[in-house]
Amino acid sequence: MGKTIIEKILSSHSGNSVSAGELVVADVDFMMGHDFNGAMTIDVFKKLGRPRLAKPDNSIFVFDHAVPSPNEDYARMQQIIYEFAAEQGMKIYDVGEGICHQVIPEKGHVLPGSLIVGSDSHTCSYGALGALSTGVGSTDLAIALSTGKLWFKVPETIRVNFSGKLPLGVYAKDLALYTVKEFTADGASYLAMEFHGEPIRELSIDGRLTLCNMGIEMGAKTATIEADDKTAEWLRSRTNKEYSPVLADYDASYKTVKNIDISSLVPQIALPHQVDNVVPITSVKNIPVHSLLLGTCTNGRLEDLRIAASILKNQVVKKGVHLYVTPASRQILLEAIKEGLIEIFLNAGAVIEPPSCGPCGGVCGGIPGDGENMLSTANRNFKGRAGNSKSFVYLGSPATIAASAITGFITDPRDFL
Amino acid sequence: MILHGKAYKFGDDVNTDYIIAGKYRSKGLDMKLLSTHLMEDLYPNFTDTIKSGDFIVAGKNFGCGSSREYAPKVIVEAGIGAVFAKSYARIFYRNAINSGLLVIECNTDLLDNGDTLEVDTAAGIMHDKTQDCVIPYNPIPEFISEIINAGGVISYLNENGDFKIK
Repeated sequence: MGKTIIEKILSSHSGNSVSAGELVVADVDFMMGHDFNGAMTIDVFKKLGRPRLAKPDNSIFVFDHAVPSPNEDYARMQQIIYEFAAEQGMKIYDVGEGICHQVIPEKGHVLPGSLIVGSDSHTCSYGALGALSTGVGSTDLAIALSTGKLWFKVPETIRVNFSGKLPLGVYAKDLALYTVKEFTADGASYLAMEFHGEPIRELSIDGRLTLCNMGIEMGAKTATIEADDKTAEWLRSRTNKEYSPVLADYDASYKTVKNIDISSLVPQIALPHQVDNVVPITSVKNIPVHSLLLGTCTNGRLEDLRIAASILKNQVVKKGVHLYVTPASRQILLEAIKEGLIEIFLNAGAVIEPPSCGPCGGVCGGIPGDGENMLSTANRNFKGRAGNSKSFVYLGSPATIAASAITGFITDPRDFL
Repeated sequence: MILHGKAYKFGDDVNTDYIIAGKYRSKGLDMKLLSTHLMEDLYPNFTDTIKSGDFIVAGKNFGCGSSREYAPKVIVEAGIGAVFAKSYARIFYRNAINSGLLVIECNTDLLDNGDTLEVDTAAGIMHDKTQDCVIPYNPIPEFISEIINAGGVISYLNENGDFKIK
């Protein structure tokens, strides 16, 4: 019988032909941590009794969650990482470089068919390039850093076949939210997901990263899209390393196969306080917004900024409403400046923040006040997620954020197209 | 091992932001301080209310959301004896094992808030003494048991030098 993508990648990285249900110890190709949990990872690493990183060239910390450091406690935690990186000769992407889930692929660290772990749940994003990437805790990351390996249970896979064409004003984010609604917050728990079909091929790499980023919101271990010509083109300018794309066998065995036709999809909104509490925007009426966030590891990419800027051009953000923009990386910010997008945002009255997680982590960059509604392009709307448990977080696409910033209410972006 | 304690019942999809809000992570590795905020958005003053050895009981998908390992570590630090849930989010489940937190999968529908529970971990049986009913639970896989029996993954690796998967 054939194999799924994850069965193939875990087979090649463990040296055994394995199938769902088996336990393996696999070689990890690349490992990533960030400033929010780096100190804990380092604490565990030191207890493991191996003085040096197993793969120093493939181990990286990214400073993105609480940057620039908002207070002395964070500054102290970040110092621990700087000191460790210096001792180990380990590469870091420092404050201002961007969000890990953009910077790691952008710098060419993600190859199709590779196995990547990161101490962040949204590490599943890199499945967009055909990798097996998954979020782990600090201890598991420390083990991977220390030994270059980690144990995994080979999961069963859900295969989703998308068909149809995304209608005007409907984007990868809407597709992602709708998929979360269809599967619910634990619909892919302990499972891998594969996304197939023409609409997936049509998505840009930016759009694929958005979709795979939200795999964890269904509980998935990883969410993968087969690498294709677009992937190769995207990687060409970013890495000269060789790789072999891993494709699912035609006779692979899946736990479930689900077909989703997206031809009549409309913009989607996740209502507080659960990511799978998703409704079509047409059913959302008269909800005022006090702040909006355009950015994060879900939607801070160039395509997202272009979509939002196309709506905000020659418009202004409603008086009293705050629009925060966090480009996902320094490179994206530079491109956005060159293309005039940042000028459009500034003229509209938006606040441009450094490339970082911004308020999504709930520690800096625009924490909402009591009773306030924040509309965000992020991936989570849990109570308290944005730093205040008395606020309400709604999720939508960059286009929805842009349209709503103008009106001050959650607004269907198709009214502006 | 026999555990005794009182059940504190929560619903489905208790995410790691509820277990410990991201905004407190600036307190770094001080789990004692962090544990005072355990579950506070769902149950104000939870840490002050519970007694050492009490249990968290929840529905499905416990620990979903962020990969923060602070979540199981603050539960351990607060003195919770074990967590019972219908299912767990996978990153949390791994983190819990690595942190030495006993996480048990079972049907929690019958359990009520405030019930007194007695758990025999060797037999894999939970006795709800308030309702006088016995609930069996799924045994923990052997490989994971070995990690727990070693006292967590750090001591497991320090003893074995590597993962030993049969």
